[in-house]
Amino acid sequence: MSITEDLNPELEGEFAAPFANPPGGPIPDGGDVTGSGSAARLIVRTFFDNKLGILGISILVLLLLFSFAGPLFYHSDTIVATYNINLPPGPGHPFGTDPSGRDVLGRLMIGGQDSLIIGIISALVSTIIGALWGAISGFFGGVVDTVLMRIVDILLAIPTIFILLYLETIYHPTVLLLIITISVVSWLTAARLVRGETLSLRTREYVRAVRIMGGGRLRTILRHIIPNTIGVIVVQATFSVANAILLLATLGFLGFGLAPPAADWGSMLSGGVSYIYDGYWWLIYPAGVLIVLAVLAFNFIGDAVRDALEVRLQRR
Amino acid sequence: MVGYTIRRIIQSIVVVLGVLVIMFILQSLLPDPARAIVGVHASPAVVHAFIVQNDLNKPFYVQFWHYLYQIIGQRSLGNSYKLNESVGSIISRDAPKSLLLVGVALLISIVVAVPIGIFQAVRRNKASDQVVTGVSFILYAMPTFFLGELLILFLSEYIHLFPAEAPQGSTVGQILAQPLGLVLPIATLALVNFAGYSRFMRSSAIESLAQDFIRTARAKGLSERAVLFKHMLRNSLIPIVTLIGLTLPAVLTAGLITEVLFNFPGIGSDYITALTSQDYPTALGITLIVAIATVLGNLLADIAYAALDPRVRY
Repeated sequence: MSITEDLNPELEGEFAAPFANPPGGPIPDGGDVTGSGSAARLIVRTFFDNKLGILGISILVLLLLFSFAGPLFYHSDTIVATYNINLPPGPGHPFGTDPSGRDVLGRLMIGGQDSLIIGIISALVSTIIGALWGAISGFFGGVVDTVLMRIVDILLAIPTIFILLYLETIYHPTVLLLIITISVVSWLTAARLVRGETLSLRTREYVRAVRIMGGGRLRTILRHIIPNTIGVIVVQATFSVANAILLLATLGFLGFGLAPPAADWGSMLSGGVSYIYDGYWWLIYPAGVLIVLAVLAFNFIGDAVRDALEVRLQRR
Repeated sequence: MVGYTIRRIIQSIVVVLGVLVIMFILQSLLPDPARAIVGVHASPAVVHAFIVQNDLNKPFYVQFWHYLYQIIGQRSLGNSYKLNESVGSIISRDAPKSLLLVGVALLISIVVAVPIGIFQAVRRNKASDQVVTGVSFILYAMPTFFLGELLILFLSEYIHLFPAEAPQGSTVGQILAQPLGLVLPIATLALVNFAGYSRFMRSSAIESLAQDFIRTARAKGLSERAVLFKHMLRNSLIPIVTLIGLTLPAVLTAGLITEVLFNFPGIGSDYITALTSQDYPTALGITLIVAIATVLGNLLADIAYAALDPRVRY
């Protein structure tokens, strides 16, 4: 819409200093300037005003391109072991080779695929579980709430890695298993946050109206409560991806990552760490930097989304 | 306040019991440890004897009941399958060392993070604030073991300042006798915690700075130093107490990884050894102790919160 675009400079001024007018101070003539675009538009625009948010998105796009499009252009054998072990970076192997003689750059790409897929999908799954759990708990209240939230308390009392290692010991780690186990331990925060939101939402008029009109409980939760907590859910999901990638890396370090020839960045990094005193730096820094970049990207995006949503709430 | 404390204590007991149930369920899914414990060359009779001796042929609820009876009736966590000692003695030997590592690191990270967070809040969005924010962001994004490895590489391998391995010994005294070896493990853990706490402290301090009591303190002519360190510091410390309680599981997880990385003789290393050698009683005992520590930490944090903040009434 052209009107909002014309108003853009003024709007930006307001975003930059939402409290520019001291409380009780003079109200600007002509009333408040409110965006006439939709809420979603406002959020998207505020998001892209955030430099760190843009940086996060850019890093993420680069990492996705590197992992998924990279192997289309850079061909290497990432599976078969050769005698060219631990070669330093040089012609043919821009990032050297690993202790099994495989090309490190190629393995970083396929490792990136697994790390990002596991991180993103387990974050989605855990956030969905958490959101449903929290919404049900908060909506029903009473005994249901007490029981569901005590279960969350119990699981929160066991440090994540303890449960995770138990689960990993049972089965041989695969991409699917890692997604399941990381989801199982990661939904707790989302459950708590969504429950908090639901507690305030369930007393609102529109929720009561749905119930009076004969809307079922399930329908109320799925169609009316959860969509209204979407802000919290999106922010939480973004941070969950960062946490899942870190958890995956930690599992790799403790020897519970994907087994070769499959690869994830965490296992590659911890594999390189065994050769730390041999000076094989190319086995350590690239994988480490990629993990840090991925986690940073998702944290930046999460912060930016949260800020963008807060702007919307302030202007309501 | 007393009523609240009692209610929280009962709640905590329920949570600990729940932890036990969940760990038992998980454990019943684990592969039968008998063969792995008695060895590949043991006769079937020996394997069978092991199974019977350890209730492994009994249903889940019987095992659970026996375990509970063992804890309450005999005040014992059972015996390790692998080591010729009780789980209780392993924990009482190694837990104090873990407590030393995690406690000192936690203390250092708070003592550093609080003033730095306040400093950042005061110089908000200036270059110095952005540098510190950048550093803590990167530290926050690093897997604990990677950070530890980098410290080993730079401070032990390239410049021979500190040893790369943690001190060895069975008592806290023996560990403390080799302070140089403690530097890198404690630094790793402290940096990991610092990353989280300083970010939190910064936003908490920014919020405090906007409060009326700060304006009042300034209005009555107090020096900036008095405003910051008398009025704001105390008020910003309250959320930190809760934060420590809430982050305790994460801190303990980081502690476990640090122990494994530096070969520190604490319960974190014991746990990994127990799990990989299918020594389930030891793994279960350590999980239970860690869960109790977490619940206790949260309980203390909640009570301290109520005691510190006169506005909090239950």
